[in-house]
Amino acid sequence: MKKLLNTLFVTIPDAYLSLDGENIVVKSEEETLARYPLHNLEAVCTFGYAGVSPALMGACATRNIALTFMTRNGRFLARVIGEDRGNVVLRKEQYRISDDERRSALVARNMILGKIFNSKWILERATRDYPLRVDVDRIKRVTASLSDAMKLVRNVEDLEVLRGLEGTSAVQYNSVFDDLILQQKEHFSFNGRSKRPPLDHVNALLSFAYTLLATDVKAALEAVGLDAYVGFLHRDRPGRASLALDMMEELRGVYADRMVLSLINKKIINHKGFYMKENGAVLMDDETRKQVLKAWQERKQEKIIHPFLHEKISWGLVPYAQALLLARYIRGDLDEYPPFLWK
Amino acid sequence: MLVLITYDVNTTTSAGRKRLAKVSKKCLDYGQRVQNSVFECIVDSTQFRRLKYELEELIDEETDSLRFYNLGDKYKSKVEHVGAKGSYDMEGPLIL
Repeated sequence: MKKLLNTLFVTIPDAYLSLDGENIVVKSEEETLARYPLHNLEAVCTFGYAGVSPALMGACATRNIALTFMTRNGRFLARVIGEDRGNVVLRKEQYRISDDERRSALVARNMILGKIFNSKWILERATRDYPLRVDVDRIKRVTASLSDAMKLVRNVEDLEVLRGLEGTSAVQYNSVFDDLILQQKEHFSFNGRSKRPPLDHVNALLSFAYTLLATDVKAALEAVGLDAYVGFLHRDRPGRASLALDMMEELRGVYADRMVLSLINKKIINHKGFYMKENGAVLMDDETRKQVLKAWQERKQEKIIHPFLHEKISWGLVPYAQALLLARYIRGDLDEYPPFLWK
Repeated sequence: MLVLITYDVNTTTSAGRKRLAKVSKKCLDYGQRVQNSVFECIVDSTQFRRLKYELEELIDEETDSLRFYNLGDKYKSKVEHVGAKGSYDMEGPLIL
């Protein structure tokens, strides 16, 4: 398994990034703030407006360093991709599967299975860890119906049916997600998902975490030679990284939701780090955003045993491991795509 | 792993001064400068071999010298900094 390299996040608004030798140099008002060797990085994510020099863009593209541009508020803007590499044969097979609804459904159902399984165990874990603080009966009812949904998903060969099951499971999971918030209840509560813009603190955190996850998953898919824009469950739409969205389904809960919950429950962030705009959008201030990025990076360093590969890897390599397994399935080396099932 | 590189390049001649600039530039490509002619580089074994080879090509073995200290993967407990200009942790969260 490859080594997890670091990600550089630049949140200084007027920072300009350029290349010097083999280093990325971060400047603000002509002053050099930092320089890092490129070989230690696998991704650069910038929230500034001053930009990146074309030389650095080229250097990142040729070295497979994912260079992503975000708005100040953490919405995805653009990403630099170099000359298409990867494996044409693999990509063509990916397109063939994507064109065939039934074959797409066979992959997508495993991803959704992974999503529901992971949602279920997030909830089960809460009932086990905090039996006195959560409504165990209510959560158990939800996990029971998630188990039923999994049995159905297992045999679905139709994308519409699959979307239906995915939707109802998500509603079920969301209905008790608020129960998992154990601290700072007066400021952090979850009353359903709102996005573009997120309308409360929890949704602001979730949206940001999902954007970070999306950039990691996109980079992982491209690293193994797949086309992140051609999906199975999510159909083609210009500019939408459909395959990345597919693969995120199974990772959202274990990767993003759990981090958001621990940020709140461990009181790493608090409500003072947010502000509201006139249209009701809730945004994070710079300090809170940095805290989230820090937690994100620290989580990525944590080691786990991959449930399918039985290999010790860091959390940060999970998207890469899943992309690798998907590529193996498409290539015909695996009979089924094994989703990430975390217990 | 972390490799600490120190060098002495004879700068009494202009060729020597040129070599010094090249050596420090090469070290900078691979790591961070922690003191004037001391660099900390986080590299894997392949990168380390390449770096070593490239540096050996640059220096004049009659007058200059290079030292490589391999501190391994668990270097964090082996390095302590006192005084001005601390280094950054290349493997910790990098948020500017």
